[in-house]
Amino acid sequence: MERTLRVFRFNPETGQEPHYDTFTIEVEDSWTVLDALNEIKWHHDGSLSYRRSCRHGICGSCAMMVNGKNEATCEKPLSALKGTITVEPLKSFPVIKDLMVDQEDFFEKLRLVKPWLINHKAPPTDKERLQSPEDRKIIDGTWECILCGACTSSCPAFWDNQGFLGPAALLKAFRYVGDTRDEGLDERVGILDSKIGVWRCHTIFNCVEACPKSLNPTAAIVKLRRRLIQEKL
Amino acid sequence: MKLDVTYHKHDVVVVGAGIAGLYAALKTSGEVDTAVISKVYPTRSHSGAAQGGCAASLGNMMEDHWEWHMYDTVRGSDYLGDQDAQALLVRDAVQVMYEMEHLGVPFDRTEEGRIAQRPFGGHFGNFGKSPMKRSCYAADRTGHAQLHALYEQCVKNEVRFYNEFYSLLLIMKGGTCLGLVAWDIIRGGLHVFHAKAVHLATGGYARCWKITSNAMANTGDGLALVMRQGLPLEDMEFVQFHPTGVWKHGMLVSEAARGEGGYLTNDKGERFMKEYAKEKMELAPRDVVSRAVQTEINEGRGIGGQDCVHIDLRHLGKEKILTRLPQVRELALKFLGRDMITDPVPIQPTAHYSMGGIPVNLDTLVLGDSQKGTVPGLYASGECACVSVHGANRLGTNSTLECAVFGRLGGLKMLDYVRQHSGHEDLPADAAEMAREEIEHLLSTAGTKSGVRSADLRTRLQETMSENMAVYRNQGDLEKQVKICQELREQCRQVAIDDGGLCANTDLIEAVELGHMLDYSYVIARCALERTECRGAHWRTDHPGRNDKEWLKHTMAWLEGDHVRLEYKPVVITRFQPEERKY
Repeated sequence: MERTLRVFRFNPETGQEPHYDTFTIEVEDSWTVLDALNEIKWHHDGSLSYRRSCRHGICGSCAMMVNGKNEATCEKPLSALKGTITVEPLKSFPVIKDLMVDQEDFFEKLRLVKPWLINHKAPPTDKERLQSPEDRKIIDGTWECILCGACTSSCPAFWDNQGFLGPAALLKAFRYVGDTRDEGLDERVGILDSKIGVWRCHTIFNCVEACPKSLNPTAAIVKLRRRLIQEKL
Repeated sequence: MKLDVTYHKHDVVVVGAGIAGLYAALKTSGEVDTAVISKVYPTRSHSGAAQGGCAASLGNMMEDHWEWHMYDTVRGSDYLGDQDAQALLVRDAVQVMYEMEHLGVPFDRTEEGRIAQRPFGGHFGNFGKSPMKRSCYAADRTGHAQLHALYEQCVKNEVRFYNEFYSLLLIMKGGTCLGLVAWDIIRGGLHVFHAKAVHLATGGYARCWKITSNAMANTGDGLALVMRQGLPLEDMEFVQFHPTGVWKHGMLVSEAARGEGGYLTNDKGERFMKEYAKEKMELAPRDVVSRAVQTEINEGRGIGGQDCVHIDLRHLGKEKILTRLPQVRELALKFLGRDMITDPVPIQPTAHYSMGGIPVNLDTLVLGDSQKGTVPGLYASGECACVSVHGANRLGTNSTLECAVFGRLGGLKMLDYVRQHSGHEDLPADAAEMAREEIEHLLSTAGTKSGVRSADLRTRLQETMSENMAVYRNQGDLEKQVKICQELREQCRQVAIDDGGLCANTDLIEAVELGHMLDYSYVIARCALERTECRGAHWRTDHPGRNDKEWLKHTMAWLEGDHVRLEYKPVVITRFQPEERKY
């Protein structure tokens, strides 16, 4: 079967304006969008650049915009897409080359929320800390995040103000704030309560729609707000 | 074009940012100047794909002892593992698991609030006699949970990360490692990293098979770098085929699916494992189950006569599948359009885990010969290394454990070493020269259109490796594969790329990776041809049975130009004498 892909191209070294190249290629039924990109790179144009690694939606490398919607391309079957398939880099991140975007700032935002367990008591020396299954459940839907960037890239509040921490970093913040082993809310209040923190979210839910792992960053942001208000009272 | 070289100096440079590399970096960071070089962003490393769990005899669910874990590991390795290393692995496991919990890993919990544990293939109680729950897990995303927690701890400790830097060449002087040369994938340019200690944690390398669970980044770069310095690799013929790869794709249906009670069935709907491992059934070790699956397929009992059998979870019920195996279900839905709650799912053996690798001693220091000679300043751990804890076959949940135990230990050992060496030894004048030649040559081929495409050679390698040396092997096929590897290495010199640029040139990276893959694939084929017995994952149909008299020994292989030189060294046996392996 033949399929046609319209692929965004940009190379800062050539001085050429960003444009689209169209490739019509032979594909198999079981292929994903990533398989099609590989076919293009390996047999048509080796200069096409994009990130990929695990091929099954856990490494978070290959998020791109497919027909206007953010997807983990390794998990998106061609059969779910009609007609010509347009593949573009994640919106609102600077493009490095073709489908590769600069995620340095994305990872820096994560660092700002102190994404590590903060606990001032020394753990038991030869045992785990105890945590009930119910307490552990509180952070389900947060720690599974693969940091692909699909949510932050789809967030209108982030489009407006790229200083905003964005849904991925805030989801990560709740992964720790919500963890009953963590005592670090005090240290995170400053950033979470700031102009770039939780209040900038307009609960538009684009992030929920964009997440290839079906996670809900908006819900995590709402929970963070509740914690901040409780803290102030 | 003459490429620029940028110089960096650190005490410790770790290559690879999976569980092993990050654990090593975590232990040296905060104490000495530590950098991590990784070809992908750390959280993209393939440790994150580990699903089912991480073994430790915590005894949280039932009585367990490290001696029982050791017995299972020794027997699972088909007695080729070194028992001093295996003892270290299983004893440290307990403390390391607690430490990972303290670092924040979100393990599932028991009602008492302790780390939850589940059964896994090859792990039993009371020296192989009773069922055991030993695998510590976070749903079926355990590696992901561990990888992210370790990365976040490294960020906290201000480890210097060089993300999307690709390692090209080790810098050696007088037998000591002084650093390495890497390529900045995003901006282009050669970078020399001057270090007191280099730690290789570049992961697995089963990308050289067509059907594989491995990530596209798993191209054995660390192994090639070591071989190109005239250093040996160990036990390369032992590559594990995981029995339950997603049909036609190769990524895994976690062994947790069988741990939780899943069945394997053939075209007649029979649980065929009763013919191969009457007692342990689906929970026999992976080599045993893979051979069973392959035999069913070869003898025409695959589903609809095709090259797959079914894994069936329906009897586990919706609730258990959704809470314990959510990722497995998602995978089958996305790649096969099958819902495991209502349908069985087609699977086939897939190239998964490489037991062999860069030989190291118990301090994770790289070995330079088949005696005990070491390479000062050069360390390795995780899947790229061979210490050897897995011998001829690895048990499920022992891999992330190895990464954690030996990555951590390697960090501590490097710390000692660095503290004993106050200054950096001077680099040789031409430190980056060979890397420069390799890159400048490839860039110069861009647009010539006269050469061979690296993708075509890689496809040929992958297809022939799957055809000639997978679950079952024989002399004729292996000889064929040795010859094919020789031809491909010859043709690789004619590779021309399309992209001559410096910025994000992944065409260039794939061409260099191909060279790495061909070097170690050739060694794998050569080692497999030589070993005329069946042991663990290496199964020779033309030489039935394990042959302890002649083959209870490790293979050591040197790539010398177009030739592979082999030596052998004894296995360390302390506690458990080899006996017949029955499940």
